[in-house]
Amino acid sequence: MFETKLTARGVAIAFAAAAFVAAVSLAHAETASPAAASILSLVVKWLPLIFTGFLLNLLVSVLSMAIGTVAGVPLGLAQIARHRVVQRCASAVTQFTRNAPWLVLLFLTMFLLPFQFRLFGQSIPFPAWIKAVIGLAIPVMGNVSEIVRGGVLSIPRAQWESAESLAFSPTQTVFKIILPQALKRMLPPWMNLYAILAMATPLIAIVGVQDGLTDVRGALVAENRTDLLLPLYATLLAMFFIYCYPIAMATRALERRAEVKF
Amino acid sequence: MDHHKLGAPIIVIKGVEKRFGETVVLREIDMVVHRGETVCIIGPSGSGKSTLLRCINALAPINKGSILVDGVEVNDPKLDKLAVRRKVGIVFQQYNLFPHKTALQNVMMAPVTVLKQDPREVEARARALLKRVRLEDKAGSYPGELSGGQQQRVAIARSLAMNPLVILFDEVTAALDPETKKEVLVTIRELAADGMTCILVTHEMAFAREIADTVYFTDGGVIVESGPPSQIFQAPQNPRTRAFLDLVL
Ligand SMILES: Nc1ncnc2c1ncn2[C@@H]1O[C@H](COP(=O)(O)OP(=O)(O)OP(=O)(O)O)[C@@H](O)[C@H]1O
Ligand SMILES: [Mg+2]
Repeated sequence: MFETKLTARGVAIAFAAAAFVAAVSLAHAETASPAAASILSLVVKWLPLIFTGFLLNLLVSVLSMAIGTVAGVPLGLAQIARHRVVQRCASAVTQFTRNAPWLVLLFLTMFLLPFQFRLFGQSIPFPAWIKAVIGLAIPVMGNVSEIVRGGVLSIPRAQWESAESLAFSPTQTVFKIILPQALKRMLPPWMNLYAILAMATPLIAIVGVQDGLTDVRGALVAENRTDLLLPLYATLLAMFFIYCYPIAMATRALERRAEVKF
Repeated sequence: MDHHKLGAPIIVIKGVEKRFGETVVLREIDMVVHRGETVCIIGPSGSGKSTLLRCINALAPINKGSILVDGVEVNDPKLDKLAVRRKVGIVFQQYNLFPHKTALQNVMMAPVTVLKQDPREVEARARALLKRVRLEDKAGSYPGELSGGQQQRVAIARSLAMNPLVILFDEVTAALDPETKKEVLVTIRELAADGMTCILVTHEMAFAREIADTVYFTDGGVIVESGPPSQIFQAPQNPRTRAFLDLVL
């Protein structure tokens, strides 16, 4: 109940903040031009397009998070493997993907992946936005790998020993004993990573994917009015804020609960 | 020593040496434990008691000698260590229950996951075991909601659920206050009386004296003296044993 109240408050604050940004930009537009009413109508006119682009941002963020997580969990486990070579390789991959600029990785995947590939004699197109998903999934993988490593290492050694003495195999120990306990500690940083990823998705506009940012810029070019600049960017900003703020609040609530528990 | 109630040798330890790097922690350890026997290991801190238990359970490899559990060489590199651990249970000082599982789930987990037994059959057995340690009403509680003594008894039930041939107890009452200590000692006493083979490392001299068939006194990684409790506690042969007992009794 405590958390639902918190999240609800978060959403309320988010809406208030968005309304404030919109009001400020409209007020600003009013002083700049007498045709303030038409600015509002123009924002409304372009809203569906910007929102569609924003939905692509969300789709890209969800897909790269999913792929990055699916790849990052085994990578994180490999980082604590007993096998020396496996462990070293996993750590190297993790460090490399974690510490590379996201935009550079995006450009690299755009450049290295073909725009179509052949499967059973058929050529299947490989659109830019899917390449962008892969480009963003790479740093997500590295970060998830670190989150998993940290989470697993936070579980006391005695738990391993206890499982070992009951004849659990190492795999059973990891999946039945260690990970379920580590999950509670891994969830907040994982959610935090997702919020950062969602906010970083406009990077894909730079490599030519038609996202929310591209649509705002398209609208600005089409209208060719400088007084639209602030309201349209503020609209996109508000969409991101309304989406990300509740996630940040939920992360905080989880963190606080974890603090109380341990 | 009432050897008449004892069965065949179940653990045979010969000439065991264990090192951590250059430090020799156990040397020339010989020990035979029979089916149904209760063995107590006493000795000063750092004398290698925990290490010996860990070697018997294949949690730590030995450097020399041999440990046979039910005729199987524990130190054989070809051996499936899990096979030994199914036969030998161990209960630790700090209980080490799985905090994300209820008492009942803690007891059920290994038989279901490791031995692949039928969960319904295991549950019935687990409830019976919880009843045996007098915790049938705590089946749904998480370890964090149980007292130290209750957690330790769940840990004993968890070990018993694997139907081991032997249970090793490593100072299982050391972290408990006198009241809860008693509950756990009662449980162990009943187990021993039921014929379970037990090896206990303990600082509870009165308890060792009462329950043990054989007492081993270790110091500096060697077994200094062993024998029935009447001998060790009333007529120790070795001056080191005497000095230790003077200190703790
Ligand atoms: N993993 C390890 N690495 C290095 N040395 C170790 C390790 N485990 C134990 N030792 C050393 O081995 C010796 C015996 O330790 P052990 O825990 O078996 O003693 P103990 O008799 O159980 O003592 P206590 O009564 O305090 O529990 C100690 O000197 C200890 O420092
Ligand atoms: Mg010890």
